[in-house]
Amino acid sequence: MRLDLVPRDRRSPLAAALSPVLAFLTAVLIGGVAVAMLGVAPGAAFTVYFVAPLSELWSLQEIALKAAPLALIATGLAFCYRANLWNIGAEGQFVVGGLAGGWVAIATHGSAGFTAWILPAMLIAGTCAGIAYAMIPALLRVRLGVSEILTSLMLVYVAELLLDYMARGPLRDPAGFNFPQSVGFDEAARLPYLMEGDTLHAGVLVALVAVVLATLVLGRSLFGFATRVAGASPRAARFAGFSEERLTLAAFAISGGAAGLAGIAEVAGRIGQLQPTISPGYGFTAIIVAFLGRLSPLGILAAALVIAVTTIGGEAAQIDLRLPLDLTRAFQGLLLCLVLGADVLTRFKVRLVPGAAR
Amino acid sequence: MLRTTLGACLGALLLLAGPARAEDKLKVGFVYVGPVADYGYSFQHDLSRKALAEALPDKVETTYLENVPEADSERAIEKLARSGMGLIFTTSFGFMEPTLKVAKKFPKVKFEHATGYKRAANVSTYSARFYEGRYVCGKIAATLTKSGTVGYIASFPIPEVVSGINAFMLGAQSVNPAVKLKIVWVNTWFDPGKEAEAAKALLAQGADILAQHTDSAAPLQEAEKQGKLAFGQSSDQYRFAPKAQLTAVVDDWNGYVIREAKAVLDGTWQSHDTWGGIKDGMVVLAPFTNMPADVKAMAEDTVKAIASGKVHAFAGPVTKQDGSVAVKEGETAPDPMILGMNWYVKGIDDKLPQ
Repeated sequence: MRLDLVPRDRRSPLAAALSPVLAFLTAVLIGGVAVAMLGVAPGAAFTVYFVAPLSELWSLQEIALKAAPLALIATGLAFCYRANLWNIGAEGQFVVGGLAGGWVAIATHGSAGFTAWILPAMLIAGTCAGIAYAMIPALLRVRLGVSEILTSLMLVYVAELLLDYMARGPLRDPAGFNFPQSVGFDEAARLPYLMEGDTLHAGVLVALVAVVLATLVLGRSLFGFATRVAGASPRAARFAGFSEERLTLAAFAISGGAAGLAGIAEVAGRIGQLQPTISPGYGFTAIIVAFLGRLSPLGILAAALVIAVTTIGGEAAQIDLRLPLDLTRAFQGLLLCLVLGADVLTRFKVRLVPGAAR
Repeated sequence: MLRTTLGACLGALLLLAGPARAEDKLKVGFVYVGPVADYGYSFQHDLSRKALAEALPDKVETTYLENVPEADSERAIEKLARSGMGLIFTTSFGFMEPTLKVAKKFPKVKFEHATGYKRAANVSTYSARFYEGRYVCGKIAATLTKSGTVGYIASFPIPEVVSGINAFMLGAQSVNPAVKLKIVWVNTWFDPGKEAEAAKALLAQGADILAQHTDSAAPLQEAEKQGKLAFGQSSDQYRFAPKAQLTAVVDDWNGYVIREAKAVLDGTWQSHDTWGGIKDGMVVLAPFTNMPADVKAMAEDTVKAIASGKVHAFAGPVTKQDGSVAVKEGETAPDPMILGMNWYVKGIDDKLPQ
């Protein structure tokens, strides 16, 4: 006996819309069982994980802050993944973006007079650095046929070590007892706060603008169409006259630029200085977010918010319920599995076929 | 009449409110950079949390957040402050700026930041003179090495680590001026795989004793496997390498953590900087094992001499690698010099990563 997946003739839009919701509910159910086995009331855990973070102004701001870089990076990655290009190195592009933009802030530290240009220059430098860094795997693929999966991934470590070196060496705070961090940025080099309490900063607006722009480009432009065709059928794309080379470079530039911008937004927003590490793995989590959001910018925004809520709820669960951090991570992994699984089920029928396995 | 009634009512109200408040437990939160199961730095800090809960069971309630990335720690710290904590220990250097920022928003909450140098009215800093323990280790290593070469696995070239290497070397040179020290920088605090690789490399290069300034027990286990000797780090790691561990430089935060919590409870807490060593019980040498009795006696004497102030790891003359004099004969290195140390002492055959 074996299980066969048979493609459905027609994909029901209702099922497509409901499948992530169902997947989420299933994940909550399974998570609830795990929580109960750890000796905590599932109802209380649900409240701490999903309700409490959404009922406080401060944690809402924190959710937005956590979701913003994820949404921005994942939106950029959607261009690549739709075109069947595998940029796994958003983490590295994030890091060089933060480094390049941070360097601008450190180089102009303490300058007086007209300083309004510094922040825009930082954002541009970060974006450009991200683009340039993404061009390495893109060009290697286009010119030499090197797998972009490997090169983009390996370049993450190069970027991390470069930042590590810069924060400990050339960009170190001269008055900081040799501790590995740069000077704290001037006010002019920080993203402004949007609300009282100095939590939510303007970086979240950047992410929102990116989501809107990406929705328009992917849905309404020829370039968006070309990306989709190239991903679905490279042969058809060639017949249609779309240049694979140009498409690869453009998709990598967009995702690299988005990741670089997210990097400098994090450095100029939350962190306010360069440190040996600036990312808790945003570039990798964004890959999950991109697929949870099924490569559509609005879906990505929703997925980024879900991941942010579970992360922040997970911290609350550690404090209030003594639930381990591993549970949060396991839950996030479970959620991805179930969403992808449910997605398969909306596109395929499962058929039980009697007889031996092939 | 009315006034007295009102007064009595108010008094009764205050009385009611008073004891109810005093019965509220002090909530103490801890933020760890690593997993509590690292059996090193974070583990050792968590022991002090448990010791605190045990020492004052009716007065404190403790909680912790583990594996908090330094660049993403502000939210975690603020979350603790918002959860009604009265005292928060942020236990890694990288938490410094976020701790200060959150402390500004919560002036009533007391913060204790480990290994940093910036303080505020409600932020204290504390650290331990780990270098004192390393000086003792250096003496033991130079006495016991047969190959004359000792291996040292170092994490990051910050002053705490550099002063540890120097103290180790000065201790070793006080026994045998010709001893050689080989250093591998692994650029991580906790990565058992990398640490084990570094240990293998050092042993292959002829080192027969290993010291480490990283947090896992992997180098010890590697030494055990190859029949060599090693020192444990942060925590007594004897059970991981009963045939290899000579001693370990143990961070003992219990006394400090309990003292600070008591001060908050008494209302006597004040912002201050603490840098305690062997004398204060903050640095403890794990039992001396796998060595002859005379070496053990020498080590114990050194510990006593450091505690009494007779021996100082950085007593002059101390010469830098480039030949210049850092500490003159008859003097000892002042604390700011040790806290900002970014040079090697003479005799170390390595270039300090800059």
